[in-house]
Amino acid sequence: MSNWDRFTDTFFNGKVMLKYLPEILWGVVTTIELAVLIVLTGLAAGLALALVRSLAIRPLNWLIIFIVDLFRSLPPLVVIVLMYFGLPYAGVSPSGFVSTWLSLAFVLMAFSEEIFWAGITSVHKGQWEAARSTGLSFGETLLNVVLPQALRLTIPPLTNRTIAITKGTALGTVVAVSEILGAASSAMSNSYNPSPLMMGAAAYLVLFLPVVVLARRLEKRFAWKR
Amino acid sequence: MTTPLPIVDARGVHKHFGALHVLKGVDLTVAERELVFVIGPSGSGKSTLLRCLNRLEEPSSGSIVVDGIDMLDPRTDINHARQRIGMVFQSFNLYPHMTALGNVTLALRKVAGKSRAEAERLGLAALERVGLADRAGHTPGQLSGGQQQRVAIARSIALEPRVMLFDEPTSALDPELVGSVLEVMRALRESGMTMVVVSHEMGFARNAADRVVFMDDGLIVEQGPPAAIFESPAQERTRAFIGQIQRH
Repeated sequence: MSNWDRFTDTFFNGKVMLKYLPEILWGVVTTIELAVLIVLTGLAAGLALALVRSLAIRPLNWLIIFIVDLFRSLPPLVVIVLMYFGLPYAGVSPSGFVSTWLSLAFVLMAFSEEIFWAGITSVHKGQWEAARSTGLSFGETLLNVVLPQALRLTIPPLTNRTIAITKGTALGTVVAVSEILGAASSAMSNSYNPSPLMMGAAAYLVLFLPVVVLARRLEKRFAWKR
Repeated sequence: MTTPLPIVDARGVHKHFGALHVLKGVDLTVAERELVFVIGPSGSGKSTLLRCLNRLEEPSSGSIVVDGIDMLDPRTDINHARQRIGMVFQSFNLYPHMTALGNVTLALRKVAGKSRAEAERLGLAALERVGLADRAGHTPGQLSGGQQQRVAIARSIALEPRVMLFDEPTSALDPELVGSVLEVMRALRESGMTMVVVSHEMGFARNAADRVVFMDDGLIVEQGPPAAIFESPAQERTRAFIGQIQRH
């Protein structure tokens, strides 16, 4: 047996792969479910906080900044563990899936709020003044004039952050969620062979490469000539 | 014959920015169809006064009535009132993510409540008045500075305001583009628009203004017909300022 054969037998073992394919596929489904939930709720909550912050109500803004800084500083794993193992003491027992979803959604909310906020504040004051001088209300100006410009600026940092946090679904293994990495590593210990891990890696590529490509196209499409 | 109410009636307007006392009790009335030109050194408060008239800036005290609407009454629907007061800015402030027509129709649809088709008809008519109907589909980035400022004027006149405020409309323009904007302003004036113009275009002031107001240090120092202000100012400060700008 040549070294190459030994290598492929270890990392790309056909028999092992075939046997654990269904489990990995279920892992893919779980990861997609988690990712979609995290992205939708995290970004929506982040945008909502940024909009509330633009109302400039002092005590509310202090609270927002505190929450955002807290979730930006804590390692996501700590948030997941606290939610899964800590909340039961408060009488709520979220599943591993829910703990992972909510924890990462909070983290994405925190980071995306900062990004949305930076986008909103980077829109020139004159845009507000021009819109308000024609009689548009604060809300109409925010929605029709400021946000469309802010969102375009936020697309590159937002996609980066979203992808990074979505990959954090792998942390769900710690609280017994069978997403891609969880399924792959338990298959690896059952088969004494790392091939399932390679399948997991391939699954991540298949999942995230299109997202990265799509993000790049969005950035191009939404850029406008200044 | 009764004298008509002034379109703009500002009295005793004060404005503080923190410790800075920018307006120190300014009275300004503007009659219908009048073009009032406000001049003065930078920091004299002329832009602040203009921005108080449509309450982009909140005056510290005083009263401002525009077209019979008390602008400082908390019960006044300020968004409704602002429809009647067009404003043109030094830096154009066009919405970069919209076409020229989109810029002009936004307030028509959202504030004046026009349907999309009606807003576009009125918007095109407004662009026509500034000579840019053929640029309706262009975004601001595809237009020259002069064209952008004319679109900004169209954005205001589309709402059929009772008075137009110009805040140094040509200061950000390359010299060769100034003429096209002044031409539009002159046409607007000939159509009977009431206008308050803060600007350094003294030539335009001389032959288009009904009245020139000289401000210094937060107060109106002197006002009168352009010939009087430019040729024989009564106040020493006015004389000094006129002398300075005419040396250039």
